[in-house]
Amino acid sequence: MDSKRLNLLKKIMALEFTCVDFNLYLDTHPEDYRALAEYNAASEALAATKKEYEALYGPLTNYGHSPSPQAWRWIEEPWPWETTF
Amino acid sequence: MWIYEKKLEYPVRVGGPNPRLAKVIITQYGGPDGELAASLRYLTQRYTMPIPQAKAVLTDIGTEELAHMEIVATLVYNLIKDAPLEEIKRAGLDGYYADHDRALYFVNASGAPWTATYIQSKGDPVTDLYENMAAEQKARSTYEYLIQLSDDPDVSDTLKFLREREVVHFQRFGETLNLVHEYMDRKKYY
Ligand SMILES: [Fe+2]
Repeated sequence: MDSKRLNLLKKIMALEFTCVDFNLYLDTHPEDYRALAEYNAASEALAATKKEYEALYGPLTNYGHSPSPQAWRWIEEPWPWETTF
Repeated sequence: MWIYEKKLEYPVRVGGPNPRLAKVIITQYGGPDGELAASLRYLTQRYTMPIPQAKAVLTDIGTEELAHMEIVATLVYNLIKDAPLEEIKRAGLDGYYADHDRALYFVNASGAPWTATYIQSKGDPVTDLYENMAAEQKARSTYEYLIQLSDDPDVSDTLKFLREREVVHFQRFGETLNLVHEYMDRKKYY
């Protein structure tokens, strides 16, 4: 995996981790609208970064959550356990 | 419904083959306080949770634990995939090798297979949430012992991330327990 791809992937991982952590916090603090705004901002940035990544390197998610124009790229390696960071 | 994402929750890098370290880390894959047990415990308890926050917390933490299971599997896979047989024998992983080669299997650090007796689903939400808080503390302790046993700084970095998540999960379960108590008190008095 070249450094451009790896950096984009790391950006996605960081943004999605932010979403995971805010999500768990919001589950027990659903009335915290400041946290909700941060969650939504991270979620938007995540969606944009994923779109950029997927256009270059193929779908990140299966079952219709990411489109696969031209070719079925879902089966392409590397899988997460094969990625060298 | 679950969907799969072709990425890890946190990066995994290993310094090189290290079957000795793999042998102990695998307990967080299939051991009593490991990620499979955590995930299945929360995902099966969620059906009988009485309040919306608790249903969401158990679904979401149960799902995050699946991602942790994948991180632990990736660590173990990469620590044994290029290990020479001689090193596997020296690490005491020859028994594991006889049954599984270098494949992933759910065992604890001494080779005992995963069992559903590691988890409980009691139907009483207070009891279940106390079990989950204890489970998070046990997982945190295990990650601390693994960090002490690790001689690979890259592996330790990933283990520290996983340890930190157990602390956050403990916090969220504690908040959920308070919300369940409030709900039960309301039911009693009104
Ligand atoms: Fe956890």
